[in-house]
Amino acid sequence: MKQYLSLTVILAVFWLINSGHYTPLLLGLGALSVLLILYVIKRMERVDGESEPSIVMSVYLPYYLFWLVIEIVKSNIDVVMRVWKGEEAISPTVFKVKASQKSDVCRVLYANSITMTPGTITLDIDGDTFEVHALSGDGKAGVMTGEMDRQVSKLES
Amino acid sequence: MFMAISIIILVVMIIALIRAVLGPTLYDRILAVNVVGTKTVLLISVLSVTAGRGDMVDIALVYALINFISVIAVLRFFEYNKSQQTDSEGQ
Amino acid sequence: MDLFLNILSWTCLLTGGFLGITGAVGLFRFPDFFTRLHAASVTDTLSTILIVIGLMLQANSWMMIVKLLLVLLIITYTSPTSAHSLAKSALHTGLKPFLKDKENNNR
Repeated sequence: MKQYLSLTVILAVFWLINSGHYTPLLLGLGALSVLLILYVIKRMERVDGESEPSIVMSVYLPYYLFWLVIEIVKSNIDVVMRVWKGEEAISPTVFKVKASQKSDVCRVLYANSITMTPGTITLDIDGDTFEVHALSGDGKAGVMTGEMDRQVSKLES
Repeated sequence: MFMAISIIILVVMIIALIRAVLGPTLYDRILAVNVVGTKTVLLISVLSVTAGRGDMVDIALVYALINFISVIAVLRFFEYNKSQQTDSEGQ
Repeated sequence: MDLFLNILSWTCLLTGGFLGITGAVGLFRFPDFFTRLHAASVTDTLSTILIVIGLMLQANSWMMIVKLLLVLLIITYTSPTSAHSLAKSALHTGLKPFLKDKENNNR
């Protein structure tokens, strides 16, 4: 029940942000569409414990996002240099890395963060082992230090 | 100046389209089409800011969602096709 | 103040455009699919972020700024997922990554 309530609030706020017209007719239509979506989601049986993950409440989340943006900028500059230098500047490697996160949400966040920083891409996930493709040895070294792993694990506590 | 940024985005789209036509494998083509989709979202946003109309950004939002879903759907379709083929070959 | 915002916004837009061109060039210069994926992720992350921030500085209403923020959120949420699923299904259908170092070839 708690999940449905928070879902209703999120959907209503999303509708209000996107609409911009606040006449009674349109507000009624908005309420109707929120109810319709709630019904569809109930039929799909997609509301479980993870529909409002606890990391959204974590105080570390803004800090983590800021850290991630800086990381993205750094690796972007690296990949741009390699693009203009051409083929001799790259040495693609494939390697495996362990993830220390417990919950699925944090594991997905870690895998997506690896993919989001240019130069490294998560190819496959098997339990807590990620197969990562890196554009160069530098990218491999960056993931192997486990800095990102520690930052994501902080969100879990 | 908005003209310049639109032209840059269009050039990126053309280069990605050439890669989509040339692409040696299927996945190169899907990747290039994905890049074109992302750039289309940006182009619609640039046009709506130029026109000064907030309601055109909605189109960009919807396009971003459709782009994501279509890429996943096409990948699903080809993966499914592939596994069916190998099944019938194995029998 | 207005001039300062304009200069900041055009810097963001032009840097974003340059990164977009770089990603497109990378789509051509890199030898195989997996390396091209890295080039495409340049256009999907920083280029998109910079262009949308540049547009946000030029927007004329709060609603537009919020909507542009939503566009940015959706693109940055979905692009890693589609990149990962592309890489995964390419790997599963038997596309071998191009590797330069011989010692890494025996995985």
